[in-house]
Amino acid sequence: MNAPVAITPALVAEHGLKPDEYERILKLIGREPTLTELGIFSAMWNEHCSYKSSKRWLRTLPTKGARVIYGPGENAGAVDIGDGQAVIFKMESHNHPSYIEPYQGAATGVGGILRDVFTMGARPIAAMNALFFGSPDHPKTRHLVSGVVGGVGGYGNSFGVPTVAGSVLFDRRYNGNILVNAFAAGIADTNAIFTSQAEGVGRPVVYLGSKTGRDGIHGATMASAAFGGADAEEKRPTVQVGDPFSEKLLLEACLELMASGAVIAIQDMGAAGLTSSAVEMGAKGDLGILLELDKVPTRETGMTAYEMMLSESQERMLMVLDPQREKDAEAIFRKWGLDFAVIGHTTDDLRFRLVHNGAEVANLPIKELGDQAPEYDRPRTDPVPAAPLDRASVPEPADYGEALVSLIGSPNMSSRRYVWEQYDHLVQGNTMQRPGGDAAVVRLPGTPKALAFTTDVTPRYCAADPFEGGKQAIAEAWRNLTAVGALPLAVTDNLNFGNPERPAVMGQFAAAIMGIGEACRALDFPVVSGNVSLYNETDGASIPPTPTIGGVGLLADAAAMATIAFKAEGEAILLVGKAGTHLGRSAYLAELLGRDEGAPPPVDLRAEKANGDFVRKLIADGRITACHDVSDGGLAIALAEMALAGSIGAAINPVPSADKLAWLFGEDQARYVVTAPQESVAGITEAASAAGIPVSSIGRTGGAELTCTGTFAVPLAKLRSAHENWFPDYMAGPA
Amino acid sequence: MKSAVIVFPGSNRDRDMIAALELISGQKPISVWHAETSLPKLDLIVLPGGFAYGDYLRTGAIAARANVMRAVTEAAEAGVAVLGVCNGFQILCEAGLLPGVLMRNSRLSFICRDVNLRVETTDSRFTSAYRKGEVFSTPVAHGEGNYRADDETLKRLAGEDRVAFRYVDGQGRTTDAANVNGSVDSIAGVLSEKRNVLGLMPHPENAVEPAQGGIGGRKMFESIVGKVLA
Repeated sequence: MNAPVAITPALVAEHGLKPDEYERILKLIGREPTLTELGIFSAMWNEHCSYKSSKRWLRTLPTKGARVIYGPGENAGAVDIGDGQAVIFKMESHNHPSYIEPYQGAATGVGGILRDVFTMGARPIAAMNALFFGSPDHPKTRHLVSGVVGGVGGYGNSFGVPTVAGSVLFDRRYNGNILVNAFAAGIADTNAIFTSQAEGVGRPVVYLGSKTGRDGIHGATMASAAFGGADAEEKRPTVQVGDPFSEKLLLEACLELMASGAVIAIQDMGAAGLTSSAVEMGAKGDLGILLELDKVPTRETGMTAYEMMLSESQERMLMVLDPQREKDAEAIFRKWGLDFAVIGHTTDDLRFRLVHNGAEVANLPIKELGDQAPEYDRPRTDPVPAAPLDRASVPEPADYGEALVSLIGSPNMSSRRYVWEQYDHLVQGNTMQRPGGDAAVVRLPGTPKALAFTTDVTPRYCAADPFEGGKQAIAEAWRNLTAVGALPLAVTDNLNFGNPERPAVMGQFAAAIMGIGEACRALDFPVVSGNVSLYNETDGASIPPTPTIGGVGLLADAAAMATIAFKAEGEAILLVGKAGTHLGRSAYLAELLGRDEGAPPPVDLRAEKANGDFVRKLIADGRITACHDVSDGGLAIALAEMALAGSIGAAINPVPSADKLAWLFGEDQARYVVTAPQESVAGITEAASAAGIPVSSIGRTGGAELTCTGTFAVPLAKLRSAHENWFPDYMAGPA
Repeated sequence: MKSAVIVFPGSNRDRDMIAALELISGQKPISVWHAETSLPKLDLIVLPGGFAYGDYLRTGAIAARANVMRAVTEAAEAGVAVLGVCNGFQILCEAGLLPGVLMRNSRLSFICRDVNLRVETTDSRFTSAYRKGEVFSTPVAHGEGNYRADDETLKRLAGEDRVAFRYVDGQGRTTDAANVNGSVDSIAGVLSEKRNVLGLMPHPENAVEPAQGGIGGRKMFESIVGKVLA
């Protein structure tokens, strides 16, 4: 053992371990840990790596399905898409680093999720991101938007993955704790998916990729702590620096190496770097691992065992190789100019042993490091769902047309073009549907198929009623995939919440998970991967519950894909689903009146499924010409977006008996707007009534205005300038 | 037609280019690794888009000095068609095969969107299938595409009919708004003195099939294939 460092209670606390957790360590190893060992426990047992507060609830989620190959527990989920191929995907947060250093925090978030996907042998084909910032008028927001968007683009553009969809939300409740959730998906052959499970004793453990430096030490521990006032500045050294060029080389080298047949197990070095990757490979394979740290390629001299084991330097991989193929493997990595070093081997003693400078600096039971992590059923108080909105308290707008223009030009409803034009969304040449629609669509070359991708969550719903909000996030992802004609396959969930040690937060978490689970079961939409980000609070103020959902769907015939744009003049506009009635927690209330009130719209999962299945069939049969789901901003916003996308206006007629404000701006769920040639309408409505689906004709396309009889007539040009200008005008403001 | 796509570490539209060439010519191009020192007999060499060597130095600066570039230069001098797209254009300028430089976009950020290009000359192996003045749509995706050259060079380019494409609006007019990256004289692509080397920032290889949102780039490949087969 190395020169002993006294393990004081203060040192234990600095490592984010509670006194009872330290007791658990003492009991497990029967002696005082070395400093290196303490660091290892701290890395493995923090919330980020151990899921100790969330595990109990995550187990309740449906994770299986006929197409699911790998669910949660691997680097990413894998779903069969036929023809011997699988889509492999995951979403992960990089919240704290992005608040501290927005460009690098976001960039390395993208890098980490891409590695999760190609570690499994999949070439990344699409990326998305969901970004949540504070109020636009908060002094830090513009700087954070600029840095995060720059970082997401800087990494993905250089790496060469199209960033095809995403979302940007502003809410003052993220002022001190922004969220950066990054998604990646790749394609692999089902018979060539790689996992971290090592096999065989005495096999070489190989280090690949970039060198290890002192960056990111304790990143995972930081991700598991709340921010206090001055922390953000002090914690900057724990943020890693991304190098998309190295990542691109690592991708190509790994895929080439995998194709050569030399790889037995592979694990990327993400959170808790060398520690968690080595422990995971051994523990999953029921093997011990011995690492000789003197052989680890390092960027700086004099790095201690502690620093090497906790570094979160980026663009690194650990593999267990077939010893017979070691030379071929090395040649591939040398060709790509990357480090290749045998740093240890697998053993049969189920111990995790580290040797440095000739001395053993750690000797721990490998399985217990993961399996015996503490697990908590934390106390919780069940959230009380918000009371319904007092409709009488919401006045009619003086001018409906002005209200629509203000809403579509508001911070949260305006176009995100400013953001997604900074992302290369076309590289690889397979993007069939670009950002701005309901879901992005990426074709699969050599097949008639395509995949659809979307991210969804409505935090203002989740804050008011975490259970319904959780349901709604799943339902909206399912609906967005359906609206482009895709069959929803599965989701990845990125669960962003506050401090789980607060019973109210734990109650939100549990309720949201229950809602997500209920919706996933009803819609046959399993959760195959995900990530939990807790302690998202600053100075005691939590973020609203934000369970971001990344949804993936499959189009059997890519040519049948639907888009939101109106296609021709004089077509019928149909509403699938019931007329709008629900204004509680609507964008109209929040954006125009500054009122965050009422209950969110309830999700009727049976209607959701029936209406969605009906719409998907209309698309597959080529019976409709455009489709858009109705969500934030209600029917009026859906119509305006369709008109702007197609540069064709529309005239609609409100139901005379309806509450006009709610008919236009209500956010009732399970609804779509579709268009069809006039001669097809009768057939569609007959099919709908036979299936018991509410479908009503609400108007027709045409002209250069969006008109609602007796209510408003707004030129598209006016809607467009309001919609397109907010973001660039905002970003042009003072830094 | 025998073609090659040069692959540098960090190239990322090499596969897009290979797919487009195969689609239009019916023959799969070969991939040539940057470390190679010689090239087989070829009709076309393509330097694809991407971030060669990470582009951490000046864009294209390191790639222009890669081993393979000596062979590319010799082939260009011998009259082989050489096409540089995006990062490939930057590399050709750095290698001295085309005049001028590509600076950071005038709006300082990366931009990915469809742009309209106007065909300024049909007198080349890359543009013969277009009509002069024809306007077509094709995407750009770059952070450093702001073309710059000194006045004398610009005068020569104009005088020798070597500006291949300009950024224009839907009506074919050069405007500040249509000039997506702030290039001098709205220049999107230029030809070498012998007209066998073309560099351009936009990505014709991402606009060859309707599923990609348009086929504006198709005629560029048809020009190349047609000239070779003719």
